Amino acid sequence: MLRRDTLKYLASGSLILFSGLLKPITALAKWNKAAFTAVDFDEAVNAYFPGQQIQETDQITIGVHPVVESGAVVPVKVKTDLPNPESITIFADKNPNPLIANFDLFPGCVGFISTRIKVDQPSNIVAVVKADGKVFSIKTFIEVHEGGCG
Amino acid sequence: MASTIRLKTKTRDGITTVRAIIRHPMETGFRVDTETGELVAAHYINLVSVKHNDHIILSCDWSRAVSKNPYLSFMFKGANIGDKLELTWTDNKNNTDTIETLIE
Repeated sequence: MLRRDTLKYLASGSLILFSGLLKPITALAKWNKAAFTAVDFDEAVNAYFPGQQIQETDQITIGVHPVVESGAVVPVKVKTDLPNPESITIFADKNPNPLIANFDLFPGCVGFISTRIKVDQPSNIVAVVKADGKVFSIKTFIEVHEGGCG
Repeated sequence: MASTIRLKTKTRDGITTVRAIIRHPMETGFRVDTETGELVAAHYINLVSVKHNDHIILSCDWSRAVSKNPYLSFMFKGANIGDKLELTWTDNKNNTDTIETLIE
């Protein structure tokens, strides 16, 4: 019985397993529903980085304009000099769902991401970087005149 | 049909900069349609992955708070001119699109 179940699992999951052989499984995209639907900032962070100690650092920079007219399109650049960056995650602490986007960086990637996000109201933009298995963060406050989530 | 994705690369000093723009409404589910007065259903890209010569180099998980017509740029080392680069997105309605380009 156990063997049959295992075979069934293998058959259905062969594609996933196969890609798992090529890359570390933790680094594959895994849309974390609990974190993405969390409405509270701390809850979202804890759901995305469960049980992890997050250290504030000045080795990450967030490039974002401190005052934005429209929250619908807010250009954000995150850079880090931390060695071996594994992921960059962006939050806006006052958004209806604070977790905005996660980027898993594979070996060879530079610690850099540039994108455009929606920000609902004046918020801290928080960038969390995982590097060498440790988690670091930095935040910067931005003023938003017109919310971008409507 | 024209691709929803525009993908460009530039390699300088061993670092390849990738820039992509995807045509997508990125509806949050909070917006009211001005004609019908009803909420427009959430419709947004939640997964994006980029492969360099069949190896994943970047994998993204997105929420609906990435702006309409998403822009994405990142950089990586180790690519040669003429290598393959492929970007694929999938949204919450299981629509998907993919594009392949050669690294410049």
